[in-house]
Amino acid sequence: MSDNTKKTIRQFIETSFLFREDRNALTDDESLLAAGLIDSTGILELVSYIESEFGIVVLDEEIVPENLDSVGQIAAYIDAKQADLQINAIAV
Amino acid sequence: MRFEQFLRESAKSYPDKTALVAASRRLTYSQLDDLSDELAQGLMNRGVGRGDRVVLFLDNSAEAVVSIFAVLKAGAVFCPVNPSTKADKLAYILNNCRASALIAQQKVAHVAADAVLAAPSVALTVIADGEAAPSMRGFSHWKDVLAVPTFQTLKSAPGIEIDLAMLVYTSGSTGFPKGVMMTHQNVVAAATSITTYLENTADDVILNVLPIAFDYGLYQVLMAVKVGATLVLEKSFAFPQVILARTAEEKVTGMPLVPTMAAILIAQRNLGPGALPHLRYITNTAAALPPTHIEKLQALFPHVALYSMYGLTECKRCTWLPPAELKNRIASVGIAIPGTEAYVVDDDGNRAAPDVIGELVIRGPHVMKGYWENPEATARALRPGPHEWEKVLYTGDLFRTDDEGFLYFVGRKDDIIKSRGEKVAPKEVENVIYALPGIAEVAVIGVPDPILGSAIKAVIATEPGADLGEVDVVRHCARFLEDYMVPKFVEFRPSLPKTESGKISRRLVAEAQTGNNHDAAL
Repeated sequence: MSDNTKKTIRQFIETSFLFREDRNALTDDESLLAAGLIDSTGILELVSYIESEFGIVVLDEEIVPENLDSVGQIAAYIDAKQADLQINAIAV
Repeated sequence: MRFEQFLRESAKSYPDKTALVAASRRLTYSQLDDLSDELAQGLMNRGVGRGDRVVLFLDNSAEAVVSIFAVLKAGAVFCPVNPSTKADKLAYILNNCRASALIAQQKVAHVAADAVLAAPSVALTVIADGEAAPSMRGFSHWKDVLAVPTFQTLKSAPGIEIDLAMLVYTSGSTGFPKGVMMTHQNVVAAATSITTYLENTADDVILNVLPIAFDYGLYQVLMAVKVGATLVLEKSFAFPQVILARTAEEKVTGMPLVPTMAAILIAQRNLGPGALPHLRYITNTAAALPPTHIEKLQALFPHVALYSMYGLTECKRCTWLPPAELKNRIASVGIAIPGTEAYVVDDDGNRAAPDVIGELVIRGPHVMKGYWENPEATARALRPGPHEWEKVLYTGDLFRTDDEGFLYFVGRKDDIIKSRGEKVAPKEVENVIYALPGIAEVAVIGVPDPILGSAIKAVIATEPGADLGEVDVVRHCARFLEDYMVPKFVEFRPSLPKTESGKISRRLVAEAQTGNNHDAAL
């Protein structure tokens, strides 16, 4: 998994959501939902950020905890989507 | 009848039926009844008695539902508080109602600990989940509090129906929350009226994603237990696909929404007609659903009855629009709920003619007894009615009726903002922002937002030389305010417009807004 993706995502979450709570650190596999960091409008902000920053389209059915509930999951999801894009580009 | 009696009756009629589904936990009616007996006994053993206030600082969980009924069975009064509330405000509420006990989730135990240090009345703090309670005086863990109920606890009523059942804090225009006093009789009246028009039965499966600290969410619990239905409790609508899957799996028949959730729901591109075949009704309240949302919901769920409703904590619910009327008056919130009256009055308190804008007044057994120890605010809300022996509720909301008596919401009389369906008092947010060094003037207003209804915006003039940015303001607010009160937008101006008397005018501030509402968080 790309460390750069993780770093960018971590930065976004820290500036957008983390400062709302009295806490400083967030582990890669910590659930954003369980930690109370993200709610339904937060998810929408996260999705639109991912789409514009990484040039991918997030499908509704991909907005699930397995893809978006922790820094690690988000980075893995983005990497996989970007890899798909490259494969499709080569195929074309 | 006292409300806890409905749980005893449902447990008798449907002992093995699922009462509650919360995450991976399922409780039958007899388990819910037994667990709440054990907690009630535990609370009583530790000094909680008739009329005492117990604050519930819990998210949507099985423990929250058990706690509500345990407190009532102990003869005490429950007071639900949003778990995103910060320590200062929690302490304010604990002190305001002189709570004797607090039940909190492990996740917010540190907030509870800070608040309790400043609230000497709280003798007992129960940590509802996790492994153990913090080692502080008066703190106990749930599993250590549960006790075998005595015969007396099980068999004798802990009070009468005009005793208080709950105290629900609501934002006040002064910036300090007020505790709405509801007796068992009030709660039973409201729950009976609503379940009547929703035609709820024991066959219903009700999905509740709304926080139970919010009375719309809380009543889903109360009404489900009253009719012996199944309640599916979820903590968040953040992942709508997960909620939709849950809805299908549990064969949900009733889905209460606020406009923010409706907007997210209709945006799901993989949801087509024919989805959720078991769904029987959808309700909306807290803020008006835009007509385009209503049309899209109807197209998505042609088999579902859609109820537009309106209410306020002070009487729980005021009006409902019978679903068959929706096609003729899409913008109406309908008529008074069964067993109550709702009418528009002019400035002199006389009933207004159709199409004349006036204040909505509510009469009925669901109207609160007043605000806890706040006679001035109570006198403003509860005023003499048509009969000498009664008081009626002045809602502070402007309405009009059409020729057939259907009601239409026009606006608020005060500056209260509705964001995500929750009430936000600008004054409360302004008070917090003023505490930030470098702030000279601030006005908090609501700006239209397609998802939130209104988004909170802070317009600020700083003192000369102050070096403050949007993020500083939002970060500061987030430390002291519930999530839904934190401004989404922050705008800096050299100074703010004033009224002739020199007061900052929120109206003039709103009129002079720059069109550019940057998201403060980005």
